[in-house]
Amino acid sequence: MKEKDFHLEDSSNAKKPPKRVAFIKARTAARVKKEDEEMVMTVPNLVGREVIAFEIMVIILSVISLFFNAPLEWIANPEHTPNPAKAPWYFLGLQELLHYFPPIVAGVILPTLVVVALIVIPYFRINQKQEGFWKEDRQKTLMIFLAAVGILSVILFLFDVYAMLIPTWIMTGMILAPYFSKKEDGIIGWLGSRSLSWWVMTWFVVIVVILTTIGILFRGPEWSWTWPWHEIY
Amino acid sequence: MKKFFEKIFQSKVWRSIFRHGLPVSNRTRAEAVFYNFFLHVHPTKVRKRSLKFTYTWGLGGLSVGLFIVLVFTGALLMLYYRPSVAQAYWDMKDLQFVVSSGQFLRNMHRWAAHAMVAIVFLHMMRVFYTGSYRPPKEFNWVIGVMLLVITVLLSYTGYLLPWDQLSYWGISVGTNMVRSVPFGIGDKISFLLLGGNSVGENALVRFYVLHCFIIPVAAMVLMGIHFWRIRKDGGV
Ligand code: HEM
Repeated sequence: MKEKDFHLEDSSNAKKPPKRVAFIKARTAARVKKEDEEMVMTVPNLVGREVIAFEIMVIILSVISLFFNAPLEWIANPEHTPNPAKAPWYFLGLQELLHYFPPIVAGVILPTLVVVALIVIPYFRINQKQEGFWKEDRQKTLMIFLAAVGILSVILFLFDVYAMLIPTWIMTGMILAPYFSKKEDGIIGWLGSRSLSWWVMTWFVVIVVILTTIGILFRGPEWSWTWPWHEIY
Repeated sequence: MKKFFEKIFQSKVWRSIFRHGLPVSNRTRAEAVFYNFFLHVHPTKVRKRSLKFTYTWGLGGLSVGLFIVLVFTGALLMLYYRPSVAQAYWDMKDLQFVVSSGQFLRNMHRWAAHAMVAIVFLHMMRVFYTGSYRPPKEFNWVIGVMLLVITVLLSYTGYLLPWDQLSYWGISVGTNMVRSVPFGIGDKISFLLLGGNSVGENALVRFYVLHCFIIPVAAMVLMGIHFWRIRKDGGV
């Protein structure tokens, strides 16, 4: 660590208002560092935008609320289970997982892993340098990457989770493309500049969107595949 | 006309409420922010870069906006709703057919709740893709993850309250999932949440209290920390 350029004297007597003296060493000049970024006044620039954004949002919500009614079905009846019984849409990705994996995996382990993974993102120097995936030791990276995708694929295959397997393979292709092609520009160049964490997050978002969409639109009685133009449950 | 307003703005009463003058100079613009209770979450100056719409997409701000709409419409709904098995569903029917604008009120609350889940998730994506979780903002990201979980729980506890087939079975699916937590812990959690072994009267009251008091208060506290941290971490 760099040695501090100044030293703050601490006072320890709680009954006396502290007097603080800063000793500034010779090699620093005591002057205010200039702001290096362009700043604007909060009023009106930010507050004005906030008010406008809020108003537009309320208008859109009002229009939607005028034309679309919140659903209200028959009164709750514990005797009569609807088929399928669906959770609200934001849990249908999870419910879709429940269709493939045992409840302990889909309902407990995977959601816990997701939350833990999200929490640790900033602590694992993830994406902090934002270097391309193939920047370091290419050979080693390839081996580890193929092993990881291989293991994941076997698991997904064993549990028949093609809804995750196919997007996983498509994204694997996108990651591998810059390995084989030396192009530095265009789409290949852009793919090559994406970092590991970028790929993990993007894969996660893609899977969430796909599973949730399947749960909302493509699942009918007994959680069987049903086309949305047939009927939406 | 202009004179008239100027007179009001200079009057003793006005100046006792708003200590600053009209925001016409940079000094009064700054005062408009830090003399105002509601605006003082903001710094007096912000980076020009962070104002660009395509940087934040306004998503954090819209999450707050939706929360405000939800608190407002939710409080009004509470005037008409009683959390008991005998009344809950019929109160919803009354909202639809008897209370003036009741259906509209319910719609606003419902759609804003769904939108909030989606918008908060999108806000998380924007923070990730702009790399805005990097030091010194690590802990604010963690607060954010808590807020995401809280937002989903808020929406989910509200889902039971209409007490129709959709609510009842939607919640049953979820609490059955909770039961799969091993070592009997799942059963314990589920019993605690439902106040029994199945979704009934006790569950309705518990979800009501969680939805209208405990979780919103937790959300407000976390939001307070979230915004405070944004400033302490050097702004967006
Ligand atoms: C109820 C939910 C939430 C509300 C109301 C909220 C609100 C906000 C607001 C108003 C900002 C200012 C910048 C902007 O508008 O983008 C912000 C920034 C931020 N939020 Fe959230 N947020 C929520 C959830 C989350 C979540 C789920 C995460 C991540 C997991 C998160 C992480 C952050 C971080 C790290 C910043 C700083 C970004 C920067 O400095 O560029 N927040 N939040």
